[in-house]
Amino acid sequence: MLEINNLKAYIDTPDGIVKAVDGVSFSIKAGETIGIVGESGSGKSVLAHSLMQLNPKPPVFYPQGEILFEGKNLLQLKEKELRKIRGNEIAMVYQDPMSSLNPVLKIGDQLMEAILTHNPMTKSEARQRAIELLTDVGIPDPKKRLNAYPHQFSGGMRQRVLIAIALACNPKVLIADEPTTALDVTIQAQILELMKRIQEKYGTAIIIISHDLGVIAQMAEKVLVMYSGRIVEKGNVEEIFYQTAMPYTWSLLRSLPRIDSEAHERLLSIEGQPPNLMNPPSGCNFHPRCPFATEQCKLVDPELTERSADHAAACILSEAEFEEAKKRIETKDQERGQGHD
Amino acid sequence: MTEPLLEVRDLHMHFPMKQGVLQRKTNDVKAVNGVSFTLNKGETLGIVGESGCGKSTLARTLVSLLKPTSGDILFEGESILNYNSKELHALRRNIQMVYQDPYTSLNPRMKAGDIIAAPLKAYNLTTNLKKRVLELMDLVGLKADDYNKLPHQFSGGQRQRIGIARALALNPKLLILDEPVSALDVSVQAQVINLLEDLQEELGLTYLFIAHDLSVIRHISDKVGVMYLGKMMEMSDSESLYKDARHPYTNALLSAIPLPHPGKEKKRERIVLEGELPSPANPPSGCVFHTRCPFATEFCKGNVPAFDLDEKNSSGHYVSCFYPIENK
Repeated sequence: MLEINNLKAYIDTPDGIVKAVDGVSFSIKAGETIGIVGESGSGKSVLAHSLMQLNPKPPVFYPQGEILFEGKNLLQLKEKELRKIRGNEIAMVYQDPMSSLNPVLKIGDQLMEAILTHNPMTKSEARQRAIELLTDVGIPDPKKRLNAYPHQFSGGMRQRVLIAIALACNPKVLIADEPTTALDVTIQAQILELMKRIQEKYGTAIIIISHDLGVIAQMAEKVLVMYSGRIVEKGNVEEIFYQTAMPYTWSLLRSLPRIDSEAHERLLSIEGQPPNLMNPPSGCNFHPRCPFATEQCKLVDPELTERSADHAAACILSEAEFEEAKKRIETKDQERGQGHD
Repeated sequence: MTEPLLEVRDLHMHFPMKQGVLQRKTNDVKAVNGVSFTLNKGETLGIVGESGCGKSTLARTLVSLLKPTSGDILFEGESILNYNSKELHALRRNIQMVYQDPYTSLNPRMKAGDIIAAPLKAYNLTTNLKKRVLELMDLVGLKADDYNKLPHQFSGGQRQRIGIARALALNPKLLILDEPVSALDVSVQAQVINLLEDLQEELGLTYLFIAHDLSVIRHISDKVGVMYLGKMMEMSDSESLYKDARHPYTNALLSAIPLPHPGKEKKRERIVLEGELPSPANPPSGCVFHTRCPFATEFCKGNVPAFDLDEKNSSGHYVSCFYPIENK
């Protein structure tokens, strides 16, 4: 339904060009959930905003690529045509429920605005639809709540309202940019549950962006791992978590504190910081932090190559070499851990 | 090892709510509402809870930034609540704090070296000042040429290292860490957690570690306390808490965490809590958790459960519930 081909989104800054999204391709079908993971600065939000053409132009420009939605390339559409798609066919849920609602407008007005923009309806019909939507996202007493202001809602409730606004026109694609990052775990569980229920009910395709590998594991069927503007690994969720083929994904998984681990177990940390996108390292972007890096990695920029049917990774190491390197690091780690006790 | 360093007894911290022209006191926000625990030397106590449960207020009362409404805090066996300013000054050498946000807890106009030197200057420990600061920077993994840099030139993880170096400058016995890694990326978070564990071993520090993330707490803590609405719901050594959680709230929290394990995730049964945290100004009657508890009965609405030692468990597992969950 939505197909992204070799998309590049660069930001023109006074200090030079930042390659925020650098050649990303993927596609999503109806009813499917794709998870995008990455650390801050990996370009995942710029990518999400590109899909809706919400990045300010300038400074952002798109030197290459296409975003095909039902056969139309969104990069070439006029603003007027884009508006028909934005919020109607593709909708977005933002990270921060505190700042994404207008504080001086009633919840009902904000919801009805979204409905009336895309649907020829009377006000009272829109009002009826707004009540339906609030019921759908689990807000108790929706009739009364239409007249409430955002500050009268808690964080979790506001996120529900944002989801209701996004669902106002039955979108085909829902982009959720860190939808639960600002929420507590028990509320996060509620919101994730809600998103799954909505998907089952309406068959919406969901693109969920998160830095939390747990959220991705719970929600997504397919996963894209982003690092410095590129997809470094993609595949089914099981493949990404259990047959990891890229050192970055592997390190990320190993650096995660888990509740099922032993206390004081040493975490593998990824040394250093994510690269400066203004001045990316030569060769593979990850090589300065990669525990497996060889001399070759400084020279060769690896392409995303297929490992199995749907599974691709950007690394020059072959599967056998990667397995061997993993073992080497694991034994070294254990020795260090023992020296510690 | 088992010498108590910090004891907290039935601590209450209430903030008055004032209303109207005359600013009459109408109600109290009961941020911390009867918390007791003992923290032994060299141990790490993790405090976990959702936002608004009073964990940060607890931290602030422990470092004497707030004066508690009632209760007692004992440091090395001595009550610190009636200390005069001179005694407090001496006490603060031993209790230091690391803050959550590495962006706002460092003065943007001060050089990293000066930030770390500030506590030393406050205590007139100025002999070999620069040498000591460089020592501290080395200890937390900062380079010597970072000395003259300003906070904005560092990344989030490095800034947190500056904050830790500053807290360690006076050789404190107790570090209060208020969400020290929650603003950091996963890979950097692991660096800081490892650093904190190394420092504890090297310097024999005692930690009170506050976080909302149960997995981080699991990693670093010997003992864990779970707070809800100003009260401690459950406390035990971390092994027992994570393998055999007795309180329904702890169980719900544990089941709410998404595991980075797609295989397990699909099969998992989740306890999704209904509703939201009630206001601490108007906590529910009886057990404060009864409004969201899946097992609550009429009895829970009227009676407050005591914070009791679970007798079946020898290792000191406290739980505040009438119907603690029996795990297999």
